[in-house]
Amino acid sequence: MAPQSTRHTGFSRRAQYTTFFAYVAGVLGTLAGAALLGMSIYHPAAFAGLRSAAGDATAPAGSVAASTRSTSVSLFDTVAGYIAAGRQNAQLRREAEIARVRLVEAQATAEENRRLKALLDLREADQTPVAMARMIASTSASTRRFATISAGSDDGVAVGMPVRSPLGLIGRVLETGRTTARVLLVTDTESVVPVRRARDGVPAFATGRGDGTLQLRLINLGINPLKKGDTFVTSGSGGLYRPGTAIAVVSAVTSDGAIARVLSDPGATDYVAIERVWAPEAHSAAAPTPVAQATGSPAP
Amino acid sequence: MIGPLRQRPFASPFRKRINRGPSPLLALAMPWLTVMLGSLSPLLPLVASAPVLPPFGFLVLLAWRQLRPGLIPVWAGFPLGFVDDLFSGQPLGSATLLWSLALIAFDAIEARFPWRNVVINWLEAAALIASYLALSLLIANAAGGGAHIMVIVPQIAMSVLVFPLVGRFVAACDRARLLPVRILG
Repeated sequence: MAPQSTRHTGFSRRAQYTTFFAYVAGVLGTLAGAALLGMSIYHPAAFAGLRSAAGDATAPAGSVAASTRSTSVSLFDTVAGYIAAGRQNAQLRREAEIARVRLVEAQATAEENRRLKALLDLREADQTPVAMARMIASTSASTRRFATISAGSDDGVAVGMPVRSPLGLIGRVLETGRTTARVLLVTDTESVVPVRRARDGVPAFATGRGDGTLQLRLINLGINPLKKGDTFVTSGSGGLYRPGTAIAVVSAVTSDGAIARVLSDPGATDYVAIERVWAPEAHSAAAPTPVAQATGSPAP
Repeated sequence: MIGPLRQRPFASPFRKRINRGPSPLLALAMPWLTVMLGSLSPLLPLVASAPVLPPFGFLVLLAWRQLRPGLIPVWAGFPLGFVDDLFSGQPLGSATLLWSLALIAFDAIEARFPWRNVVINWLEAAALIASYLALSLLIANAAGGGAHIMVIVPQIAMSVLVFPLVGRFVAACDRARLLPVRILG
């Protein structure tokens, strides 16, 4: 195609000035963008209000999209279910037998646990979720992993509250609007969750890698005891997440820890529960500043 | 025998009709609206655990700039990038800065290679998309993330492959832009 001669203004003063001032405005826009970026890097909470307002404004569209997602996911599951039905049936029957035995054992353990806690005079905090919400959107084109949920400060959601699905931990609330809230997913590279191995309590930190998996870093150095298939749960250190919430399964062992797959895939999650901060005193003592808390810096 | 009444041979929505003309509002607002619609792609029914979607707002902006260079001014990166920042999850100011830079770079490339064809346009878009995503990753990491560069490689490949389709979409929008919808007089 021949060159478009939009840039050649000829002798018209008006066209020359228009082109010139468009470039001036372009450079000024660039500088203003750089200034905005600097502000949002040094004061990450500065534009939380704007983002929350935008999230609130687009929440209806997101809710419609979310219901479409759950329908389409269940459609694929239905089709896949027919193909694997027979094999799955036999396998589930075996698992149900094993689970029945385990359930009785677990009841006994729970009973013992309750008795011991009563001896120690430990009181459980309120365990009912603050709100139930739908996951309506996620930042699918950015390397940061944020999601938007359809509950905000009107429903009692506050910054820092853990968000979980029936399958496990999803993340925690980062910013709240009136009807929506932004959630930092556990797979984000800035999210650090203190975890322990469910079987024997080997402590570790789970950091997101930005691609849907977690990096587990062991706290005690030495021989790496992790194996493929180990399940990790939150340990409750730092006071933010309730201990015992399932989070990930080890999928590959590395030299200083492991790569783990997140148990509750946010894409397959429809409804999530927003819970209270588990031990607010411990959490507020550990969190250095409100700004660091809003940006998601790990508690020391 | 008389057959059924035939349709007029050149009945097309673009055909000039008496007392109908294109709406100036639609003609001018269409590029801006489609770019902002692309920026809303994080609202799609997809909760991803990795960056999988192309940056549609940026792709649509590039496609408009290639198809109709005069329609989107060089300063459009600021307002359009700002809207994108509200939804993209990047630190606010990231797209505002990078889109402005991209539009200035676009004009510089156009001055250097004035004769265009499909391959040059695609290569140019691929270079801009790859730099945009890499710089976005750098900015996200500067603001507290720590993602590895390999995380965005699939996203870059997908965005480059999707770009011609976005170009077709923008071409369709460009035709719709001048539909004679306004009643004159």
